[in-house]
Amino acid sequence: MPVLCSAKCGQNAVLKRPKTGDTLCKECFFWAFELEIHSTIINGKLFKKGNVVAIAASGGKDSTVLAQVLKTLNERYNYELKLVLLSIDEGITGYRDDSLKTVLENKDEYQMPLKILSYEQLYGWSMDKIVTEVGHKNNCTFCGVFRRQALDRGAMLLNVDCIATGHNADDIAETVLMNILRGDVARLQRCVNIITITEGAIPRCKPLKYTYEKEIVMYAYFKKLNYFSTECVYAPNAYRGYARTFLKDLERLKPSSIMDIIHSGETMCIKENIKMPEKGICTKCGFVSSRDICKACMLLEGLNRGLPKLGIGKSSKANKTLAALPNPRFLNF
Amino acid sequence: MENSDSLKITTEFTSGLQILFGHVKKHNVVLPKMEKPWTLGLLLFWIKDNLLIEKDKCDLFMKGNTVRPGIIVAVNDQDWELLGNLNYQIKNNDNITFISTLHGG
Repeated sequence: MPVLCSAKCGQNAVLKRPKTGDTLCKECFFWAFELEIHSTIINGKLFKKGNVVAIAASGGKDSTVLAQVLKTLNERYNYELKLVLLSIDEGITGYRDDSLKTVLENKDEYQMPLKILSYEQLYGWSMDKIVTEVGHKNNCTFCGVFRRQALDRGAMLLNVDCIATGHNADDIAETVLMNILRGDVARLQRCVNIITITEGAIPRCKPLKYTYEKEIVMYAYFKKLNYFSTECVYAPNAYRGYARTFLKDLERLKPSSIMDIIHSGETMCIKENIKMPEKGICTKCGFVSSRDICKACMLLEGLNRGLPKLGIGKSSKANKTLAALPNPRFLNF
Repeated sequence: MENSDSLKITTEFTSGLQILFGHVKKHNVVLPKMEKPWTLGLLLFWIKDNLLIEKDKCDLFMKGNTVRPGIIVAVNDQDWELLGNLNYQIKNNDNITFISTLHGG
C-alpha cells in the first residue's frame, strides 16, 4: 500500500522526514526543504539585499546542496545576492583534487564565479607535504586551523560581505557534543550561533543549521545533484568519529535528538565567573587570535623550523619551547 | 538458475559505500528461491555474504541486524522507512539503493 503525501496533494510519499515525521512526495519535500531554509535565512537575518556571499564549496553534499538552494531562493524570493564559490585546495592527492572537479562543474551549472586558494600558495605547505612531516596523528589539526584562515583570506580577496558554510544540523549537534566532552565552553557557546561575527574577520553564517543530513542527502539524491563523497585519505579524526557514531545511534532511537542537542547548546549559558578567552590580533599575521601568536602561525613556525609538533597542544608549552631555542626570534615571517 | 520464484533485482551502493563492494556501484542480482519471502532484513545478510568484498569493514555497512545508522535505504526511489524498513518484502525488479551520509561534507 503506497503511503500518501501528508501535504494532501494526492501524490505518493517518497520519504519520511526525520525532523517532523511527515511523509512527503518529491515535490512537497523540495518545497518544504527549501522553505525551511528560507525561513532560517529570514529569521536569522543572515543576508542583506545586495550582499556578496561566498559559498564555502568543497564539492561535497552539503556545499553542493547549499549552492543549489541559495541559487533557487535568491531567484525565488529576490534576495538580490551575488553568489560566488570559494574553495580551498588543501593539496591532498586522491581527495581534494577530485572533489575540486565537482566544484568546477558546480561553477558551470550554477554560473557562479569560483575562486580556489591553495595551502601551497598561502602557507608554502600542502597537506601532502605536512603529513610527510607530522605523520597521520595530528594532521587534522593543521588542516582545520589552516582552512579556517584560508577561507577568511579568500573571502577578503573576493571582497565579500559574508561566508556561507554548509554546516548542517547533524554537524552542529556533533560539535556541541564534542565541546561538552572536551569542556570547551567558549566554543560550546559559539558553535551554535547561526552567524559568527568576529572583529576583523568576515562574518560567517550557516543557512543549513537546522537541516538534517538525511534530508540533504535525499534532496541531492532526488535532484540528481552531482557531489563528491570520498572520505579524506588522511581523515580518521577519531574523536569526531565517535561523536558522530553516538549521534547517529541516538538519531535512530529518537530522530529529534539532533534538534534537542542543538537546542541545549543554544540555551546553555556560561556562569559569569568563567574566564573566557579574549580576542586580540596575532602579532605576526594580523589575523584575529586569542593569543599573541595565532594557532596558524604557531603551526607554520613549527613546520618551517622542523619542529612540526610545536603548535600542537597548549600554546603555553609552544611558547616555552620557542623561548628555549637558540634563536627564539621568529624567522619566517 | 532462472527459477520462477527467484527474484531479479538491482542493488546500488552510493556516496562512498561502493568502496566496500569493489568500487562497483550497481549490481544485478538474482536472489535464489526460498521457503519464506525475501525481506530487506534477509537481503542485508545476503549482501554481506555474497556482495561485500571488504569483509573486515562489514561494520561500515551493518550494525546488528540492520544497516549502520547514517545509511539511507531507498526501494525504487522510496525511503524504506515508508515501507516497513527491514520487513519490506522484496519484489521482482526492485531497485534497492544504499546511500551513505557518513562522509565529509
